[in-house]
Amino acid sequence: MEETPARREFLVELLKLPCSAALVSVLGPVTDAEASAAKEGAEAVGEHYYGMGIQVDKCIGCGRCVEACKSENDVLREPFYFRTWVERYVVHSDGKVTVDSPNGGIQGFEAPEEERDILRSFFVPKLCNHCDRPPCVQVCPVGATFKSRDGVVLVDADYCIGCRYCIQACPYGARYLDPRTKVADKCTFCYHRITKGLLPACVEACPTQARIFGDLKAMSSPLRRMMRMSSLQVLKPALNTEPKVFYSTLDKEVR
Amino acid sequence: MRRILRRRGVSPLRLWKLPDQVLRLGILFAIGAVALLSVRQRLVPKSFGELGHYRADAVKAAAGQPIRYAGAEACAECHGDVAELKGGSYHRGVSCEICHGPAAAHVQDAGENKPVVPRERKACLYCHGYLPSRPTGFPQVIEKAHNPMEPCMGCHNPHDPKPPRIPSSCSACHGMIARTKAVSPHRTLKCETCHAADPRHRQYPTSFIPKKPTDRSFCGGCHAPNAPSSKHIPRVDVGSHGGRYLCWQCHYPHHPEAR
Repeated sequence: MEETPARREFLVELLKLPCSAALVSVLGPVTDAEASAAKEGAEAVGEHYYGMGIQVDKCIGCGRCVEACKSENDVLREPFYFRTWVERYVVHSDGKVTVDSPNGGIQGFEAPEEERDILRSFFVPKLCNHCDRPPCVQVCPVGATFKSRDGVVLVDADYCIGCRYCIQACPYGARYLDPRTKVADKCTFCYHRITKGLLPACVEACPTQARIFGDLKAMSSPLRRMMRMSSLQVLKPALNTEPKVFYSTLDKEVR
Repeated sequence: MRRILRRRGVSPLRLWKLPDQVLRLGILFAIGAVALLSVRQRLVPKSFGELGHYRADAVKAAAGQPIRYAGAEACAECHGDVAELKGGSYHRGVSCEICHGPAAAHVQDAGENKPVVPRERKACLYCHGYLPSRPTGFPQVIEKAHNPMEPCMGCHNPHDPKPPRIPSSCSACHGMIARTKAVSPHRTLKCETCHAADPRHRQYPTSFIPKKPTDRSFCGGCHAPNAPSSKHIPRVDVGSHGGRYLCWQCHYPHHPEAR
């Protein structure tokens, strides 16, 4: 083989060029990425696995959770846009069940005019169940809604195309289309708060501790204690969505 | 090798004996693959697929949202006196920002952002207005009947709420039972007839719990065939009626139905 050294050198130089460029582009951000990874490592690795417990017999229907949620997350004030809401169930003596949630319960509830035929009545706070097998994530055509490593179902507002499939797919009605951004929106368990060690706004605002937030991986979290001590149920268990919002003392009429 | 080939007048590619049309197609495919890869490179967002089928940056974006509710611990750092008073009261589980509104801005700059101080009755009635759906025993008032138009704070300190005086009647706390009983055949009975209560129950309700009847003979005191009571009272053989069940397992004593 009689290739001139100049040619060989040229080829070697040619190979080096993209390699060094790639090296510079990789090495530069690596140091930054390492620093931020150490900070946000907990979220990426999934150190926690979050869930919520709701003690139905403690809910007084004051609607402060709805108010706190809307303030904290800048949810539209009009009715129809709720990340969490409170439903009032009334079982009448003839077995008929009425459910209402005037403006999500944000202004509380009015006492019924006739209460003599009430057999039993109670409040049920509702929110995204952060399913372990979320149907909304399954239907998203672009991967804009997803289950994070710590078990929270989130929406990527920058990437969502607003097709509304997830809103249709959610069996709990926990999603809505934000008319300002034209993308799907939902409860995030106040992801910005829980990653900083704070409680979700609705849990912070619950005066009777009907809502309990915690880490399902920690054996000693308030949530695990509540789960050990209560008879637990989830909403629509037949759908196999495996919700991570657990209700205690839930009435059979609750859907 | 090339030299040998060139000497024979064959281009190196001819060695593979590829027909021209296949060669052209191959080049087209190669261009297509490169185009696909470069378009994909451009269209798939950065950080997509790092953690799963989503943008890893979206997790950071969700975590970066600003906080509005500071949390009760943050309030206690400056308002320790109020936190201490409230910590020993019935409102110990009620977080500051439930009544005073989101206060993270106030924690940042206490002078500029004053939290709200609700003084109207409505603020208390969110929780304490009477609703039949609320759990039994939760303190509630009927707004129209309970000192109308008076501000709640005139009598109750919200940081240490107590009844201004010890309640005189059972209905002050057990309103739902009182109202049910008022329309029932048992309306003339006093609560004390069935529930012997320590007088201190009115001040320390959970420390001194009133008694309840424990056996059938208690109801038999009025309802047994030979009981010394009015002849209008329904009679039943307390020994055999109802089998293994106690009276109140079928008849709600505050509103007993005979059938």
